[in-house]
Amino acid sequence: MNERVLEKLSILADAAKYDVSCSSSGSKRKNENGGVGNAEGMGICHAYTEDGRCVSLLKILLTNHCIFDCAYCVSRKSNDVKRAAFTVQEVVDLTMNFYRRNYIEGLFLSSGIFKDPDYTMERLVTIAKKLRTEEKFNGYIHLKTIPGASDTLMKQAGLYADRLSVNIEMPTELGLKLLAPDKKREDMIRPMTFLKNEIIANKEEQKAVVKVKAPLFAPAGQSTQMVIGATNETDWQVLKLSDGFYKHMNLKRVYYSGYVPISNDSRLPAIGTPVPMVRENRLYQADWLLRFYGFTVDEIVSPDDPFLDMQIDPKLNWALRNLHQFPVDINKADLEVIKRIPGIGIQSAQKIWEARKFKTLTWDHLQKFNIATSRAKYFLNMKVQDFVPKDYTPQQIKNFILSASQTKYAANHSPQLHLF
Amino acid sequence: MQTVVYDGSFEGFLSAVFDVYEYKLSDVRLVPEYRHQPSMFAAPHFVANDVKHSDRVWKGLEKKLTKAAQEQVYRSFLSELDGIENILLQYIQYAFASPIFMEEDYSHNAVLSVFQTAKKVWREKHRMEAFVRFQKTADGLYYGIIEPDYNVLPLIANHFTTRYADQRWMIYDAQRKYGMYYDLDTVITIQIQFSEEMAGGKGVASVYDEGEEFYQQLWQQYFKSVNIPARKNTKLHIQHMPRRYWKYMTEKHIAQGPSRAKP
Repeated sequence: MNERVLEKLSILADAAKYDVSCSSSGSKRKNENGGVGNAEGMGICHAYTEDGRCVSLLKILLTNHCIFDCAYCVSRKSNDVKRAAFTVQEVVDLTMNFYRRNYIEGLFLSSGIFKDPDYTMERLVTIAKKLRTEEKFNGYIHLKTIPGASDTLMKQAGLYADRLSVNIEMPTELGLKLLAPDKKREDMIRPMTFLKNEIIANKEEQKAVVKVKAPLFAPAGQSTQMVIGATNETDWQVLKLSDGFYKHMNLKRVYYSGYVPISNDSRLPAIGTPVPMVRENRLYQADWLLRFYGFTVDEIVSPDDPFLDMQIDPKLNWALRNLHQFPVDINKADLEVIKRIPGIGIQSAQKIWEARKFKTLTWDHLQKFNIATSRAKYFLNMKVQDFVPKDYTPQQIKNFILSASQTKYAANHSPQLHLF
Repeated sequence: MQTVVYDGSFEGFLSAVFDVYEYKLSDVRLVPEYRHQPSMFAAPHFVANDVKHSDRVWKGLEKKLTKAAQEQVYRSFLSELDGIENILLQYIQYAFASPIFMEEDYSHNAVLSVFQTAKKVWREKHRMEAFVRFQKTADGLYYGIIEPDYNVLPLIANHFTTRYADQRWMIYDAQRKYGMYYDLDTVITIQIQFSEEMAGGKGVASVYDEGEEFYQQLWQQYFKSVNIPARKNTKLHIQHMPRRYWKYMTEKHIAQGPSRAKP
């Protein structure tokens, strides 16, 4: 019995690991019923895998049996892998026992599609319901919504889960058609739209002052994920899509998953092709610029120049293309302008903004604020120790910065993975 | 230079600050008792830990600092870094002297230093909330051992109480030799000698709940299964999960879970 559960866990955790989201933050679910768990506030990474990814949730598939045949997926129908399925009770027991030992923040449950979407979705909802009602579990639950499941089930899912997500899978419709002929983009957009409307309606209900508080509906919102580098999409296409999700679908997060070659299918990069990790990283950096730094997609990439620079981060790249906006006087500039200086992050910008009310800041101060001075110095209008600002060209600055940070980035420039 | 020795507690430290003002001491060096090395040439001033004194300083700070900044003072103190008391004293003196909130004056050395130290302690607190691994004993107690860089146990108790309201737990700081125990009602501080054997989960099987070994095995299996070898990045792994914490983390103990009797 035990051995079988162990085997199932290894199969169904392995099959779920390509889903990159592991966030457990942003919920408002408090432990108010004397039960176990509290999903309030910031997320927690309880461990990190050997590839350096956060382990926050028990991320598993209910089953890896699947009626679909998406070329990029390990669980595709035509793939010759071991299949397994958990029972509802097994998932509940694993979640509770892991949670009580402080291994995890909660459960991230997804599934291969068996029989039909509704049948699958119903099982996922049953597990979430059981955890909430029978086990009084207030930890984090992220459910994957199965494309094509009915609105009734989606609505129920939202009542028990903190976050729901529908994976958009491929950045372009063409890519989806090529690799996942069973799936239609429309089947993904429709539930996203449904969830968006429900989440907004629920927020309004929460605000209304009534005697009985409205039940929470997916308090941590919805997210999505797309596979990068399986088809020939451009970064411009990817970021445009993300931007649309943030603006029109109220998505909390878009995740980018560098394609890990798992198949000999000729439509896909061959096995042994390196995972596009640098590109994935650059996309996340660009995503951050969109969400927190006030950048627009067109400032980062354009249809004429649709790929991110792999050598330098997108903010530095933007600054080099817009040298006419520099140097900046940090003692006078607006916060939004300070945030755009390469080497200065949001927190440092905030610190500068606050500290300068007391005293005019000098280079010495900035150094103590732990900003990346080796980059920032090219973009500041202040006296910098041992550094005479000249009219450098963008290419010169790029070269200076690259050679100064060689130890940190050199290995990452080459598309080849480094083997230790 | 006047050496001022206090008992090592936070209240003791605040009492010391009180004394500095009361006796108009200048050019002082605050030292906790456990770091004090008697000198032949100068008689230190010994601080009496007095609740009235510490309360007055703390309440006085309430008027001069926002709640968040006051919290920073406490957190920085818990860093137990050598000399942190003197930076805190400068910070407090600046606060009392300043007509406006001064906590964002980061070009002031003490302000920046308290801000940065508090942040480090906060990170360690967050880490411990993540890295505690409970083991369930036969009588239903969940216990975990930690050796944090800073004295963060007082900061994390609340987190575990809200989260595990319905289970008895104990977290023990093996470095500082004290723990916190929650009995389903309140949290109390305890001091016990804990056998080293229990530390790495190497204890006798009978001490554990019968499911304990199985769930440790499952967790280890899970940790192994979610790894993607094609993305191996040891540097990043270690950066997030430094080796010094592995000792008490179940997933890093593949070889030494609770004694496994082979059939």
